[in-house]
Amino acid sequence: MEIVLCFVIGILFSVGLYFILHRHFFKLILGLMILGLATNLFIFVIGRLTRGGSPIIGEEQEVALEPFADPVPQALLLTAIVIGFGIQAFAIVLIKRVYQTFGTTDLDDLDSTDQIHSPKPPAP
Amino acid sequence: MVLALVAGLAVACAAPLIHRLAGSRAYLLLMLLPLSIFGYLLSLLPTILAGQVLSSYYPWVPSLGIHLDIYLDGLSLLFALLISGFGALIIAYAAGYLKGHPLLGRFYGYLIMFMVAMLGVVTAGNLFSLFVFWELTSLSSYLLIGFKHDTEDSRNSALQALLVTGGGGLALMGGFLLLSTAGGSLSLPELLEQGDLIRTHALYLPALALICLGAFTKSAQFPFHFWLPNAMAAPTPVSAYLHSATMVKAGVYLLARLTPVLGGTDPWAYSLLIVGGTTTVLGAFLAIQQSDLKAILAYTTISALGILVSMIGLGTAPALEAMVVFLLAHALYKGTLFMVAGNVDHATGSRQIKQLRGLGRHMRPTALAAALAALSMAGMLPFFGFIGKELLYEAALEESTTRWALFGLTFFSGIIFVAVALVLGYRIFWRKTPTPTPLLHADGPLLYLPPLLLAGLGLLLGVLPALLVTPMLRRAAEAMLGEAQTFELTLWHGVNLVLLLSGLTMLLGWVLYRATDRLHALAPRLAPLYHYGPNNLFFKGVKALPGAAAALTGAIQTGKLRNYIAVISLTLVGFVAYTLIPNGPPLVLADRWHLVTNVRLYEVVLILLILAALYMLHRSKSRLTSIAILGIIGYSIAVFFILFGAPDIAATQLLIETLTVVLFVLVLHKLPAFHTLSAIQQKPKYIAVSVLFGAAMTYVLLLVKQFPLDSPLKEYFGQASYLQGQGRNIVNVILVDFRALDTLGETTVLAVAAKGIFALFKLKLDQEERL
Repeated sequence: MEIVLCFVIGILFSVGLYFILHRHFFKLILGLMILGLATNLFIFVIGRLTRGGSPIIGEEQEVALEPFADPVPQALLLTAIVIGFGIQAFAIVLIKRVYQTFGTTDLDDLDSTDQIHSPKPPAP
Repeated sequence: MVLALVAGLAVACAAPLIHRLAGSRAYLLLMLLPLSIFGYLLSLLPTILAGQVLSSYYPWVPSLGIHLDIYLDGLSLLFALLISGFGALIIAYAAGYLKGHPLLGRFYGYLIMFMVAMLGVVTAGNLFSLFVFWELTSLSSYLLIGFKHDTEDSRNSALQALLVTGGGGLALMGGFLLLSTAGGSLSLPELLEQGDLIRTHALYLPALALICLGAFTKSAQFPFHFWLPNAMAAPTPVSAYLHSATMVKAGVYLLARLTPVLGGTDPWAYSLLIVGGTTTVLGAFLAIQQSDLKAILAYTTISALGILVSMIGLGTAPALEAMVVFLLAHALYKGTLFMVAGNVDHATGSRQIKQLRGLGRHMRPTALAAALAALSMAGMLPFFGFIGKELLYEAALEESTTRWALFGLTFFSGIIFVAVALVLGYRIFWRKTPTPTPLLHADGPLLYLPPLLLAGLGLLLGVLPALLVTPMLRRAAEAMLGEAQTFELTLWHGVNLVLLLSGLTMLLGWVLYRATDRLHALAPRLAPLYHYGPNNLFFKGVKALPGAAAALTGAIQTGKLRNYIAVISLTLVGFVAYTLIPNGPPLVLADRWHLVTNVRLYEVVLILLILAALYMLHRSKSRLTSIAILGIIGYSIAVFFILFGAPDIAATQLLIETLTVVLFVLVLHKLPAFHTLSAIQQKPKYIAVSVLFGAAMTYVLLLVKQFPLDSPLKEYFGQASYLQGQGRNIVNVILVDFRALDTLGETTVLAVAAKGIFALFKLKLDQEERL
């Protein structure tokens, strides 16, 4: 199963990046979200998979009994998902705002800060 | 000595203030510094002459082996005396030459800073401190050449000198680093004893090439000679001091200093002989075509520097002996002649030899100094220049293999020196003319005393060499040869081949002088050649640089987000491939194949669902559908989390996914509709980048999973969660107890994002800012 998941994650990464490489704002957001999902799954799979076995200590025990899933990547993931949501929300609102202000949906139009206005060479 | 250097820098900084307070007599105060250094060095003379080496140790960055060491032997002392003595005279001369100039105080400051830097170069006992002082001389030279900063010519020349010598400085630093690697030390005295080891080291050739590059740029050797004539844009005191007597000799000093370390090999000899020889001939050849006094002097200086470098390249005892004698002689007469040219310029407002006639009657002291220096330059008895030239001829003739080539060079430049000496010492002052050039200013004692003093010294040393300089020059040659020298300098060697050749030089020089005007008439025909000269190439390069930089930046910085992201992704993939594929463990899939079959049916269904959703997302033309499909993918992944023992993540994922969809729907009507923007031809490129990226991630993941995960943390949290954290859900305990501070950070991030979103909503742009 893990091997299959590895390939699924690869596909998710590919599709996410492909959407990001589009010129349309909306596709950029979709790509960001897929890339976020892929990353989450990546971390989860790297922490090894355990079918069932939640990292929860039973009522009558004092310590967790094997097999239980590694809680460390799960804790990391929880944080990552929440922060990822913050970024997504901000990106959605930012792009809405940019669309309202500049009236464009094309990322290539937003290059005014990167254009080099070829300077006049100084006279010798 | 360190004290002297520090005091010098302090005086350099204070010079403008001193000038403001003391007015036109500031030079008397400022001269005290070089004079006291000169006196101090003289007091060390007996020790050095007794064959000792003075060295002091002053730690600077001890952990890197960088110290402000002082190493003073005969060679250093010769240069240091020259620099400090000449420095005192130049300050006085500058006081006369730039009298009443509003920035004279600043000029003193630069001049003293240069002097200190130059003293640092010749007395440094550590490669690194030598380099620092070396760069400081380039910097102060830049400031001095650009002193007349209101003329464009000055600024360009200053920048050119800085770029050429600074570029050489960079090469020099590289060379020093290689040298210290080869010799195992940055300390000069230690390196001087490692010569045999270094010469056989693998890094010897690169180190030699880089150090030579540094020395050649500084000493204006071909093909880097072009900055020196342009540097004549500086006020004359600077030309006399930096660009004839001292700074341009720094390269010569360095080569001489490192002769025991690097010298004596074929690459050393050939590179120095070829470069020095070319420079000698080229400098002399160009000198005779010039009609500007300072340009003539600049090109003869280049020629003389070429001779010095060739002699070091030759490396025999007579050659090095001739080198030190000629170096001193040249500094004395060339410094004088520059000051003479400055006086003429100052008095008449012109430096063109065609316009200068009959100046001798009204400028007697200057004319006398010019005559004395010119005689020394021509190599006339009984001047010091004569001894220098005799020794050069002897050294050149002694070497058997390159005998005639080397002699030819020195002979050729000797002839031209005679012709130039006649122009400077005789033609502009004494040639009979009915219409002498009118004088605008008279020359005061501050202007004619320093050159007279220097020229007189040239005569004095020529008459009494044994008494005055022979012991010191012996010690200087000894520093290069590594063994005691016993040569004697005498004026009269009897009638021999060398004397006859000297006479012949004089005769041919006189013939050439008679033809000067005709040569000048020919000079314009050579002008097209300069078009291809290094000077022109340099300026073309400088002019093309901003355009090239703009083109390059434009190509790299496209302003298109996708290009940046594609480059970043490809770089990441490249690094992953570069580090993992040749060096990393091989990816073994064969024995894990059974894991593929270990798949439950519902898992397969989920995976198929995700893949189908991705495909539909790609096909979708509607925003609402896209969001819904994205929700499907998110929920499927949440189900995976449930299946593999992560209910907390699953809950979070479901919640977040729902929130995202809600948020999307809320702002959806404000978002742009879909339409295709990208050109169809662009697509394969981006698909390739994406597939490579995904493949790299899969590869990394598969590779990581080949190894067992030995995380003691899992064990630890399993044990401690309930007993220490009093919680049964381990993930929760980690988040709110063990790593609570991280969770606080996460909350902060969310708060910042919320604040940002709020600000974006509230932001009201003015009409103009909306574009």
